[in-house]
Parts: sequence; structure tokens; C-alpha cells
Amino acid sequence: MGSNMAECHPVGFQWVLEARERGAPVIHVDPRFTRTSAMATRHVPLRAGSDIAFLGGLVNHIVTNGRDFREYVVAYTNAATLVSEDYAGPDDLDGLFSGFDPARPGYDRSSWQYAGTGEADPTLEHPRCVFRVLERHFARYTPALVEELCGVPADVFTEVAETICANSGRERTTALVYSVGWTQHSVGAQYIRTAAIVQLLLGNIGRPGGGILALRGHAGIQGSTDIPTLFNLLPGYLPMASAPATPDLAAYVGDHQARPGSWGHLDAYVVSLLKAWWGDAATPENDFCFDWLPRITGDHSTYQTALDMADGRVEGFLVLGENPAVGSAHGRLQRRALARLDWLVVRDLVEIETATFWKDSPEVTSGELRTEDIATEVFLLPAAAHTEKDGSFTNTQRLLQWHHQAVPPPGDCRSDLWFVYHLGRVIREKLAGSTERRDEPVRALTWDYPVAGPRAEPSAEAVLAEINGRGPDGPLAGYGELAADGSTACGCWIYSGCYAGGVNQTARRRPGQDQHWVAPDWGWAWPANRRILYNRASADPQGRPWSERKRYVWWDAAAGRWTGADVPDFPAEMAPGYVPGPGATAEWALPGDAPFGMQADGRGWLFAPSGVVDGPLPAHYEPHESPVTNPLYGQGANPLRQAPRRPDNPFNDTGHPYVLTTYRLTEHHTAGGMSRTLPYLSELQPELFCEVSPQLAAERMLVNGGWATISTARAQVEARVLVTDRLAPLVVQGRAVHQVGLPYHWGWRGLSTGDSANDLFGLVLDPNVHIQEGKAATCDIRPGRRPR
Amino acid sequence: MGLSSWPLLRQFRGDPRGLGWAAQSRRSAALTARTADADEVVRSVCPYCAVGCGQLVFVRDGAVTQIEGDPDSPISRGRLCPKGSASTQLVTGPHRLSRVRYRRRHGTEWEDLPLDRALDMIADRIIATRARTWQERDPATGALLRRTLGLASLGGATLDNEENYLLKKLYTALGAIQIENQARI
Repeated sequence: MGSNMAECHPVGFQWVLEARERGAPVIHVDPRFTRTSAMATRHVPLRAGSDIAFLGGLVNHIVTNGRDFREYVVAYTNAATLVSEDYAGPDDLDGLFSGFDPARPGYDRSSWQYAGTGEADPTLEHPRCVFRVLERHFARYTPALVEELCGVPADVFTEVAETICANSGRERTTALVYSVGWTQHSVGAQYIRTAAIVQLLLGNIGRPGGGILALRGHAGIQGSTDIPTLFNLLPGYLPMASAPATPDLAAYVGDHQARPGSWGHLDAYVVSLLKAWWGDAATPENDFCFDWLPRITGDHSTYQTALDMADGRVEGFLVLGENPAVGSAHGRLQRRALARLDWLVVRDLVEIETATFWKDSPEVTSGELRTEDIATEVFLLPAAAHTEKDGSFTNTQRLLQWHHQAVPPPGDCRSDLWFVYHLGRVIREKLAGSTERRDEPVRALTWDYPVAGPRAEPSAEAVLAEINGRGPDGPLAGYGELAADGSTACGCWIYSGCYAGGVNQTARRRPGQDQHWVAPDWGWAWPANRRILYNRASADPQGRPWSERKRYVWWDAAAGRWTGADVPDFPAEMAPGYVPGPGATAEWALPGDAPFGMQADGRGWLFAPSGVVDGPLPAHYEPHESPVTNPLYGQGANPLRQAPRRPDNPFNDTGHPYVLTTYRLTEHHTAGGMSRTLPYLSELQPELFCEVSPQLAAERMLVNGGWATISTARAQVEARVLVTDRLAPLVVQGRAVHQVGLPYHWGWRGLSTGDSANDLFGLVLDPNVHIQEGKAATCDIRPGRRPR
Repeated sequence: MGLSSWPLLRQFRGDPRGLGWAAQSRRSAALTARTADADEVVRSVCPYCAVGCGQLVFVRDGAVTQIEGDPDSPISRGRLCPKGSASTQLVTGPHRLSRVRYRRRHGTEWEDLPLDRALDMIADRIIATRARTWQERDPATGALLRRTLGLASLGGATLDNEENYLLKKLYTALGAIQIENQARI
């Protein structure tokens, strides 16, 4: 669901086909019939933006029909835990949860907590146990509701639900796979939560052939999330320091230190990071330079920054291998924001639209902006290709793979490692004599990587070694060796072990055909080279595999250790029957049958007392722009969605009757800089097109192969028309709802050019992660080219 | 060319349908795969999506001549999709920038700029912007902020882990917090 794996991850999809060859059902639930649908055993069309209703229907089916994997649910989830008496949900509050404060807006989550003293009912009968709260919450998500809301006939839905249930349990597992069809919504985080509830109820998490696989979209995006170049995180998913919450190191670790599970070592992780960054300058006496960390105070995400740029509050911008003029939502606003900057640095392989906006953007072409009036100073620096540098990518399975330099970069092309290293060197040279307090952190930064060759290229392997970490005895073997006393340094705790023994583990290449199916000797996965997370759950509470057929890791009583096909995601020597004594800490504060060591109770959360801001359980809300009224609740859309109300972010009125969705094609890549500039790929997919059903074509007099203009309150985009049965109208609330589909790859530069679909979308964001609602909005469509 | 090279006779010698080697021209017969005469083969990973297909990069005379899938990869088993298969064009094509481009304020055209000069100018702008927009403390609460909202960075999903690491390290030490990438999109 929310994925077109055959088109967007084609080589990964070969494994889905292998499974299908062996008899596995492959069900593709998606608004469009795509290449994935063509290879699936079943395609289920559903309305873009209604997936929580569908998944909630699965929860309802599982609970109502007793199809949950009961032993797994009772032992490994919080199903039995009692919830606070003060909790009330959307059925009681017409779409809100208890604790809503409209002024912020936000929720006070104290009523979402567990009841007092850890009371639980393993028989799952108590009305306030999570299982019964869940049951009541999803009681109205019946097959009839799924039909009404999603446009999926009730009998089709029930067949799908039964197939999934029949393929789960001790002997079989079902995998859920998703991409941005699930994340690019104002309720995106809750989509994932609903999937997690389904998979926990069915006992599919931590088991081979089970789980939830997020299919990410760029070669290095998992790494750029882990390390990360994101505003709210430090490497290894440590939170950024924030004001006023974490004024010092004690406040930063304070919350977490008493926690059971892996977060009990937060102090070791953050101190080791600070030692990696500031070396000898970081001492226990100065809190390891914790004060030098800048503080976040709210939402500093890219869309917020774009709004601030548009308002003239940002002077400078560096854009490194990304193309927001085409690839970010609300293209006009993005490009107008670029025009308000004092200076812009773009690094890329080719002249992308973000670099040339000042001379040829749609706003300049139309005369709305004049080149001479745009002040922005622009530096466009040529980048090295992946074949011209050493380094590692982390793929969508958490696997780090090293790529080796084959040839030097041509001309002035340089790697981004060269750029950041020498930029830092030059800045430090210029600030060497500074007495300003703000310059102390950058002057004291450890920044002495070896360089080599005529271009003075810094050693990527030396950086990997810093990420791995070192202690008194040299490179660390794993995060278990991290200490909070300043004796270890480590750039990213979850990556520790990638350079164990001083050997680049990410460069390992033992051929797949020489290994068993897990293939642990190809590359290195974080953490600790574990290939399936939470794999303790592949064994029962006594440590025996749930079935021979699905054995993965198990307790070897004779050896006193966990063993199996993968690195166990569990303390190696913790017996299944272990019960923590008083004073036990971190991992040892959890019992031997608690697989989910990143949660304080060691259990998978069906009900989430914390971690998401818009509800401990997912509720179906409509997209911000939708032709459908929410039949479940008076609160139609997510009450916490971010939809900034300002003149340059207008929203559609009722004159936009169709659902608009966007997607990728196999032959192009994101905003097109790496594909629309290549003859091969431009020939394969030469032109922007929109997909409409024959019924919509008739309604709007659209001709196959002709032109159409799609419009929203933000922009008009013209595209060739493809009339196809692949986009069927769905019957929602008793009437036909039409969908218009558009690939988003096109921009005005390259061999293959066209309008940018992202121009059609406004800024509407999920409140947990600030990701744009790019998969469901409304539009109108008319025949003909757009007016010039 | 003697009688023995007559296609009809060659056909009788093991290519009965005349669709294979018997019908080859001399030029075709003399062709060799670019991969066969490479000076070296380097292991790499596809730069497009996040499946992480293995790539073999063939180099001859200091240039990339072909990029193919790596059959040893347990993930990809030597296969590449259309994008991965176009990698040679990606890294060797004439669309690639090789010189710094500079647009002065209000300028109408690109100009040349030496790389070292560009780096120096960028460093100056970062330092100046940072100084102008520095927030040591929150004026309302006195809380320590130690940051600048005057500059921002976007990008990272197409970069290596080591590059993301040094970027986050440098930016954080500079107090720049509006640091984002494609994961937010």
C-alpha cells in the first residue's frame, strides 16, 4: 500500500515476484493500477487519502473475528495494559482525543497514559485494557464503512482481510510494504501507526517474511536520516538540544536515564558524540561542551524555513544535490523564496532549476518577476559523481554499502566531502583569531582528516572511522562499548561496529551465492549488523521458534545464548525466563520475554501513550482538500495539521471537484536532474502526462493524446492526456469520485521539459514530522493548454 | 575471403537457421564487449533509489566506459533498472557541469569563477550572515540559544553518509539549525 514497488524499486521487486512464484499472494491496494498492480495477484483500487479507514477496517476485522495471534499479542504487545480512566477517544469527542487545547493547538497527553501502577489484564477482558480500547476505537471501521469511504466493495475488502489473516500466525507471515503514498499526508505518521497495529495484532513484527518495510527513495536517504542532516535530530536519533527543555546535559539525559531498554544508555551515546566533535576540549567539568550545541525552539523544518525565506528573513541557503524549485511542494512559493535570498549556493551534477530560477523560472518567463530585480547572488558548484569518490550509502534496509572511487572528478568537480571539509577549514582559518563566544565551537571542532592527492581529497574512510567510534583500545566493536565518562568517542551510536577492528565492514562483498539467505557478510547493517529488527519476537516467550517453518533466532539453553540466522536483537545472554531484580538498569531492566527494547515497557505499542502528537490511536481524517465529508466524526480533518493561512498559501474552494495525486515513473528520478538530462531516460519517458479515467475524460471532454490543464488555487499545470482504465472512478458516499494522477518529475530544464506537478500543491503538513500532503488534494481539469 | 567464408557454407557448419554467427559481418565478429578490455573494474552502488543495487564500474584509459550490475550482490543479483542502467550516461554525459558558475547580484548571465575563490566567498558569506543573525539567548526568557536562523541548508539524500556527517558536524558547530534534506519531503 502507498507504494508502487515495481516501478520505484524495480530490482527490489524481483523478490516479490520470487515469492509470488512460490504461491505468495501479492495484494496491491492503490488508487491507480500500476506496474505493481499488473504483477500482483490482486489490485484493490481505493481513494487517495483513505488508507487509515482501510487499515482500521483490517483492525476491526481481526479483533471482531478473533483473528489476532493471541499468544504474541498478550506476551509482546501492550494489549493487556490498562489505560487511564481519564482517556476519551474520537467516538466520545466527535473526532478529538481527550486533552485537546484549541489555543495551542495541541494535546495534553496526561490522559493518554497507562492507569497508575502498571495494572494489566492478560485475559484482555477489562474494559480499559488497551485491547478493548482498541476494539471500541475501531468498532465503526466496518466493511460497510470501508466501502463508503474508500470506494472498496465490502466483499472485496473482506476477502483481502481474510487472506492477510490466513497468512499470519505461527506458520505464516505477511509483510506490509509502503512508500510515500503513506507518508505524504497530513496524517502520514498515523498511517504508519495503523499498519503497526495490524502487524502487531497478527504477530508479524520481528519475524522473517513479516514486518513493515519502508521503501525509501534516494540512494543515501536512510543515511541522511540516521546521521542526519535534519533539524530535529543528532546522529543516531538523539534529539537536538532544545530551549527551554534541555538547558544542560543533566536535563538532556535526565528523562531517559532511568529508562529500561536501550535508551537507558542515552548518556553514553550523547557524551561519545560530543567527544567525537570536540575531542579534548570536551571534559566532564564542562558537560562535554554540551553548551556549544545550538538549541531548537520549535519547527525549523524546510517548509517553515521556506516561508521565512519568502518573508525575507533568511539571508543564505545551501542546496546540496536537491532541487526544491521542482521537488518541494508549492513550487511558486519555493521559487519566490529563492528570489528573496541574499546568497544561494547550489551543488549538483548539472544546471538544475533551483540554480537558474533567476533567469528562466516560470515566474520570470511569465513576467511576474524580472531577472534584474532578483538580487540573489548564486554560486553553482559542480559536484563529483558517485563513481568519482569513496563513501558509503545506507540503503532502505539499513544496509551500509561502500562505493569505491573509479576515476577522479573532472575539472572543478569535487565531492561534497571535499566541499564541506575545505569550507570548514577556510572558515576556521578566517575565525582563528576570533574572541567571539559564538566562534568557540567551530574553532575547537575536531577537523583534522587526512587529505590526499592533487585535489587534497579528505579520507572518507577516516570519517567512517570517526562515525564508528574509538575508545582507549582503538576502534569500537559496537555501541555496547560506549561510555558516559568521556573515554569513548563515537559519531553515530547506531553505526558503531561499521569499522570494527579497523576494517571497513561496509566494503565487505562476500558474494550472495556463497552465503545463506540472510547474507550477513555483504555490507553491514545498523545496528550491530542485525538484518531484522526485534527478531526476539520470532521466538515465543520461552525462546523457541513459533514454528519450524518460521525459525529465525532462538534460545540455545546449552550454550546459554541466543543464536540463529541473524544477530539476535536482544542481550545475547539474557535467558527467556529472566526477571529483572531491583536496581537493574537499561536492557537488564526488561524481562527475558520483552522483544521491543526501545520502548520503556519492552512491548509493541498498540496504544501509544507518547511518541505521536495527534492521537494515541489513529483516526480516519480527511485530507485538508477533499471532495468527501468525513462520515465518522464532526472533526473532519486532522485538528493538528499544519496548514499555514497566508495569502501566498491559498487553498481550494468547492470549484475543485476531483482528487489529485502524484507519483513517480520508473524511468525518471525525483525532480529530474539525474534523468531528464539523459538521452536514454528522456527517450523512454519523453513527456509529462496526466492519467484520467474514460468517465472523467467524457465529463471534461478530454481527448487521449491531447492537452489538459490541471488547476488548483496555487497554479495551473498543462500535460498530455492519457485516458486509461487504470484510474477507475470510485463510488464514495454513494457518488462517483474521480481521481487525476500526475508524475512529478518535470521541470523547465533538461532534454525533456514540462510543468512541475508540485506547483499544484499548497503547504499542508503532518504535525509530527512536517511532511507535506502531496498524495491527496483536489483539483479541476479542463481540455487545452494553460494560458500564457 | 575464400569459399569457406560463404554464409551458406558457414550455415551448414552449426548455425542451421542462419541467424547467428553465420550471418555475422566481419565487423560484428571483431567487436568485443567494453567490459572485456577494461583496465580495471571497481565496485560501486547505484546512486538512484534506495534499493542499493551493486554496480560494477569499468574503467579504461582513466575513463568510465560502462557500468553494469554486480552479480555478487545478494540484493540485486546483477540486475539494474532503466535508471541504474543509464548510470554511464549520468556520469560521462555532456550535460555535466565541470566549472563553477557565478551569478552576481542582479546579474543576467552566468560568469566564470575559480573554485578556490568561490569557496572563499562562500565562507565569507556564512561568517557574515551568522554574525548578523546570531541569537545568543532568547530575549524573552534568557534561555541559551547559540544559533543562527539566517542561513539554511537543504540536501543530503543523494550524498554519502560521511558527507552528511561532516555537514551536520560543521553546521551544528556554526549554530546553523535549519538543516534539512529530502527525508522531510
